[in-house]
Formats: sequence, structure tokens, C-alpha cells
Amino acid sequence: MSGVLSYLVFFLTTAAIYSIASLGLNLQWGRTGLFNIGVSGFFAVGAYAYAILTISPLTGQPGLGWPVLAGLLGAMVAAGLFALLVGIPTLRLRDDYLAIATIGIAITVQLIATNEPELTGGTNGLFAIPQPVAGWLHGSGGVAFLILVLICVALVYLALERMIHSPWGRVLVAIREDETAASSLGKSAFSFRLQSLVIGSMAMGLSGALYAAFIKFISPQDFLPIFTFQVWAMLILGGSGSSAGALLGSLVVWAIWTLSGGLIQAALPAKLQVDSGAIQIILIGLLLMLVILFRPSGLLGRKRPAVHRSTVPSKEQA
Amino acid sequence: MLEVRHLVKHFGGLYAVDDVSFTVKTGTITGLIGPNGAGKTTLFHTIAGGYRPDRGEVFLGPKRISGLPPHRIFQLGLVRTFQIPKPFREMTVLENLMVAAPGQLGERFWSAWVAGRRVRRQEREIRERAVQVMEFLNLGRVAQELAKNLSGGQQKLVEIGRALMSDPQCILLDEPGAGVNPSLLVEIVDRIAELNSRGITFLLIEHNMDVVMNLCDPVLVMAQGRLLLEGPPDLVRSDSRVLDAYLGGTPA
Amino acid sequence: MIGQLLANGIILGATIALGAIGLTMTYNILDFANFAQGELLTFGAYFALIAVSAFAGVHSTFGALSFGWPMVVALLLAAALTSLLAILVDWLVFRPLRRSSIQVALVIASFGASLLLRHLVVLIWGPQPAYYTTNIQISTQILPGVRVTPDQIFLVALTALLVVGLHFFLSRTKLGKAMRATADDPQLAQVTGIDVARVVRWTWIVGGSLAAVAGVLYGMTVQILPEMGFNLILPLFAAAILGGVGSVYGAVLGGLVIGIAENLSVLFLTPTYKPAIAFLLMIAVLLVRPTGILGKPKL
Repeated sequence: MSGVLSYLVFFLTTAAIYSIASLGLNLQWGRTGLFNIGVSGFFAVGAYAYAILTISPLTGQPGLGWPVLAGLLGAMVAAGLFALLVGIPTLRLRDDYLAIATIGIAITVQLIATNEPELTGGTNGLFAIPQPVAGWLHGSGGVAFLILVLICVALVYLALERMIHSPWGRVLVAIREDETAASSLGKSAFSFRLQSLVIGSMAMGLSGALYAAFIKFISPQDFLPIFTFQVWAMLILGGSGSSAGALLGSLVVWAIWTLSGGLIQAALPAKLQVDSGAIQIILIGLLLMLVILFRPSGLLGRKRPAVHRSTVPSKEQA
Repeated sequence: MLEVRHLVKHFGGLYAVDDVSFTVKTGTITGLIGPNGAGKTTLFHTIAGGYRPDRGEVFLGPKRISGLPPHRIFQLGLVRTFQIPKPFREMTVLENLMVAAPGQLGERFWSAWVAGRRVRRQEREIRERAVQVMEFLNLGRVAQELAKNLSGGQQKLVEIGRALMSDPQCILLDEPGAGVNPSLLVEIVDRIAELNSRGITFLLIEHNMDVVMNLCDPVLVMAQGRLLLEGPPDLVRSDSRVLDAYLGGTPA
Repeated sequence: MIGQLLANGIILGATIALGAIGLTMTYNILDFANFAQGELLTFGAYFALIAVSAFAGVHSTFGALSFGWPMVVALLLAAALTSLLAILVDWLVFRPLRRSSIQVALVIASFGASLLLRHLVVLIWGPQPAYYTTNIQISTQILPGVRVTPDQIFLVALTALLVVGLHFFLSRTKLGKAMRATADDPQLAQVTGIDVARVVRWTWIVGGSLAAVAGVLYGMTVQILPEMGFNLILPLFAAAILGGVGSVYGAVLGGLVIGIAENLSVLFLTPTYKPAIAFLLMIAVLLVRPTGILGKPKL
């Protein structure tokens, strides 16, 4: 396969993996107003859980050698459990407390990843992580895996959309809009928020698991807070509240990120390239500020009502 | 219907509700008046579970509701509205009403898969009920409008509509007439009377004395956190203590 | 052993306290959780490094301390430059967003600003750790089993001095009172003629200066590293929450508790888990008493 094509496959796979995390964040922030800035933590939990569950013990690493499907499910469960841990103490309090606790869990997860070599390989990380469908399509250079990731994106998208547009999703929006009014109408804000946090984090866990399977090697350096920033940028740019927006935002932001990285490498002297991250953050940060100020609803923002049109009566009573 | 016994709510040294006791009899529209800062809204908030009382008890029928969270109190049949309307701004009027229906199967996140058909049937029923309520409150024209685009008076109607979705036994209305234009006010008063004749008990805070005199019997008067007196509207109107409370409640 | 750990805890706690004061003040007055506060500490430490390197030829030390006049100049310079930086970030990032309808735009922005500032440090000063001096200090025994260096005693004394100074500033000066009034009720403050823009500016100056001092002290007793502020952000927030958000004295108390707890934790855990101890304490406080030790519940 040509270089351009294989690069495109690589690009699309990464963007698609990101988009799953971004769909999860859309449920949490876009629909429920939950302020999770520990996305990288839940992503890391998913990645490590998948790696530990699926790596063959024969490699001499901590691994259980489970089938990949069990690894993917296990990653989601693990991320969900961590979300419970963060959500229970904070979801009754002001929004910022969840933010602080989620960044806390992200840092703690990284500490564990770095300091427990028996479990996580420590700073050396874990390698030889099994990839599903690796040999399929005659070793097509990752096309088979890309298709698998896209199927996962589609499944997560459909599942979340179905829930968002159910009465359950309607309650989430009510709580986002006015918690006091929602609880005066019999909705337990805490319980619904917790559900939303856990389900969204499970999507982030799946995203992390697919990342581990894609790269086949993970170490604590893969799960820095910059990942959280990227996912937030994707959601806000695409349109907070809209699953389609989250998908589009992932593509756009990842494209800008990759292109600007490439441009910096081409244009700047080698000395300054050491940390192209700063320039990329400025670029995305500027874009974000412009979006927040001038188009707060993003590319595909909350224009649709909370519940699908099909459940709305025709205008006969007008 | 609703019995409040020795209720106390204080913030530091400020006793917003100070040993208040009264009973709202089934089938009445009980008015609650008093100068600004008398503690009326705090009293509402404490009854409905928004604040935890520092002392005292509240009973809804035979059931003790003080100390329960707001969503539990709602489920027992007591609904409240807010002084400043709190519609779900980014939702349509129809959705505002539909979300308020109690006992929705579809509120379990898994039922979108395991009970799709039953959820859809229930959604149809809830929608029909919401359409009825909107017609009753004359909100049919704005069913598809986002709540944030409505006037203040219409938002009050949406709140009443949301309260009605649950067939409550008792509704606490916090200033249904405030900031409402006169023609809409007539309509709101008319609807409250109509609902009362169908068996719903009301406790309402109101500053507009015409509304209180027309609608409420008995009337409770609060001042400085305490219950001053209780009686039929004519008696309350002519009681000098009430006038004193109002005059004393405004800065000279 | 325990005595030594307690002493170490107070030393770390003093640094955390200074950083947490700025955090709790911005939280209270500007009403958002500023995740870039840790980077103000980092920049403070590096700004001081500039001054210290510039005076590299001057040999001046105070008594047993490892530093002399250059460090005093460095502290002042660091405080001034960090305040300027804080005001600049506010002007470029936070001020435009205060108009936004997205209520947590500020918090997201501060998270982005923190990342950016961290990368800038690496870009300017490189990723390797740095030190103000390579001299090794002899620690002295102040109590049975408790050894501290003169620098560490200086650190605790300076912190105490700054907290007392801040107390007088907030309770006696007109500006300090205006800041407290703005924290209580921004709208009312504006109506009563308080210059809110000035209050905002001074919030950054006070918070930034204290953060700079905290950064320098941390750099003096531990090391200077681009991630130092980020590594401290969890203890900072934990301290602010533990003491009760908005309470300056609470932040001090919280800082000491976190510092001591992190150091005592080495009795049970490897030292690398210190930040996680702050996190666990914070979660415990949120479960038991979310308003913190000295915080009053908001109505």
C-alpha cells in the first residue's frame, strides 16, 4: 500500500478512536452538563484494563491472555467503576468539584501506571498488546482494524443516540437545564448524573482499549492531560450536545492537530520542534475561544430539541 | 392534607422560618401572604424538601415528608412551582410537560432496548396527557416553542402545566401572579379555581391582594419568619396587625 | 521518625498553603476553579531562576542560609513577573470569556492555559530539572530526632509572615475590604461603587505573588521542574477544598494538613503516591463535609 494511503488509514483510525471518547464526553457534558476534565484518566483505565486482560502471560508481562472481546468489555467495565468512584462523592456538589475530582483520578491513574510495574509495566509500559482482526483482509495494513473501529464508532453512536432521545435522555437535559426544577418534579438528579457519568466513561474506556489495541504498546506517557484538552476541543468545536457534532469535531480537530504538527516540522528549525505541542495548543486554543465567543453551539450545535421530532404530535391543535 | 408542625429553618443567626405551624385542609386554596422577607419562599422551599428543616415536621396526609429529598416528596403527591419560573429553557413546552410525567418506564436507560414497545406506548399516553394539559392552559399554540422564548407569564403556566402532569394531591404555587400581564392573570386565576374544583388542594404565596381575596380561604399571614394569624380573607384584610406587619416590613 | 515526617509535612504544607491561597481567592472572587494556578508556581520558580543566574557572580549569603541578596531580588522579581503573567493571561484568555454564556468556559480555558504555559516552560527553559544553588546545606537538629535546614526554617517563617500580612491587607485596607465584598456578592459590589476591574487585577497580583513565592520556596527546597506546578495542582485544590473554598485561613490550614498527611503517608506507601494522598483526603472531605473545615455553607 502506498505511503499516503497507509497514512490516511492511520489518521482515520486515530480520529475514530478519539471520536468514541468524544461521544462519551458529549453524553456527560453536552447532554447532562457534567464537567469531566479527567478524560485521559478513563481513557487510560480502558487502555490498561484491555492490555492487562488480553496480553498473553507467555510474554512475561502481567497478562491474563483473555480473548480480545472480553478485553474490550472489561475495559468498559473498569472505566465505569472508576467513574462510580469519582461520581459518588462529587455529583451532589457544585460542578467544579467533579472537575477537580476527575482531574484527580486522571493524575492518580497515571501515578499507579507509573509506580506499579507488577501490574502496568511501570514507565516501560506494556507491549505486545493483541489486536483484534490483525491478520484479516490479507494483512491489509490496518484497513481491517480501521473497519472494526468504525463499527465500534457506529455502535456507540447508535446506542448513545437511542438513549439520548429516550425519556432517560430527556431527564438528563432537564437536569442540565435546571437541577432544582428537575428534582422538584421527582427526578433524582444525583442518580441520573451518576448514570450519565458512568456510561460516558465506559465509552472513554472503550476508546482507550481500542487505542491500546491499535498502537500495541502503551506507557504512562500516552495518557497526559493534553488528551483531555483535545477531546474537549473536539466536542466544543463540533457542537456540544450533538453526537454528530462530536464525530465531526473529532475529525476536524485531529486534522488540524496533525497538519499543524506536520507544518511545524517542515517550517521550524529543529531546535524549536522539540516542543511543537505549545504551538498546537495555541492554535487549537485560539480556535476554541473563537468558537466559544462567536458560535457557542459549535459546528452542529444544539439546534434540535431534546427529543426526536417523531415523538412530537402534528400541529393539528394549532 | 398538609400539616406543618413547629417548623424552623435558620441560616446562622437569621431565623427565616421560626416555629411555624398550620394545616392546609383538603380541597382548599390556602393563601400565604406577608411582607417581603417574611420567609414565605423559604417556608415553601423547606416544605418541598429543598432545605432540610432545622426543627419541626411536615406531614402530607398521614405521611411524614420532612427530611425527604425533593424528588421523593414529589413522588408522594406534593408539587411546587417557583417564584421566578424555572422552565427547562432549551426544551420545548411539550417536552417540559412530558418530562414531568411520573413513573416513566423509559427513564431507565436500559429500557430503550429491553422494553422499546412499552416505552413507546407510554410515550404516546404521556404525550396525549401533555396535549390535554396544554389545551387546558391554553399553551397549545406554543407547544413546539423552546421554553426560553416564552413570556414570563407563559413560563408560569408551563410550571403549572408540569405540576399537573403528575395528578398531584397538593400544589404549592409561589406567586403565580407576579410579573404576569393582567389578561393572562385572569386566566391563571380562573385555571387555579377550575383545578381546585376538580379536587386539587393549593397553598399559594401571592402579593396581589385581588387574587388572594378572590381565590383564597383561609389566608395565612407571615411576618419575620413567624405565622402572624390565620383566618378568612375578610378578617385578615381588616386586621390591624396585618397592616402593621406590611408597614413594618418596608424600610421607612 | 514521626517528628521528622511532621516537620517535613509542615515545610511542604507551607508551600502548598501559599499556592492554595491564590487558588481560593480566584475561586471566590472570580468564581471559577483556575487550573492554571499550578503553572503560576512554576513560572514564579523560573523567573527567580533568571535573577539568580544573573547574579551568579555575587557571593552573598545570610548567616546559615544558602542564599543572600540575589535571592531577595529574585523573590521580588518573581512575584512581580508572575503577577504580570497572571494579569496577562486574564486579559488574553479569561476576560473575553467572562462574557460567554457557557458558564464553565473559564474552567476549560484555564485547563488549556495550564497546558500551554507548561509547554512554554519546556520551550524556554528545557525539560531538565534546575536548582538555585548547588551548595549542600547542613541540617541542624532542632528537636530530638528532627533535623531541618536553615532554608526550611526560613521558608516556614516567610510563609507565616505573608499570611499575617495578607490578613492585615484583607481586614484593614480599603482594597482588601473591597475584595472581600466582591467575593461575597459581585453585583452588589459593583452597585456600591467598588471598582471591580481593579479588584480583579489585585486578586491576580496577590494570588500571583503568593504563587511565585510558593514556587521559589518549592524550588529552593526540592527542585525546579516544568511539571512542578502541575504536580502540585491536586494538593492545591485539596488544600483549598479541605479548608473550605473561599477561606484564606482555611487554605493555610488545608495546606498544612495536606502537607503533613502526604509526608506521613510514606509510613504506609511509597513516596511517589504523595499526590494521591491529597486526592484521597479531598474525596473524604467531600463525602463528609463538602464545605470544608472553615467554610460556611452557601445559602
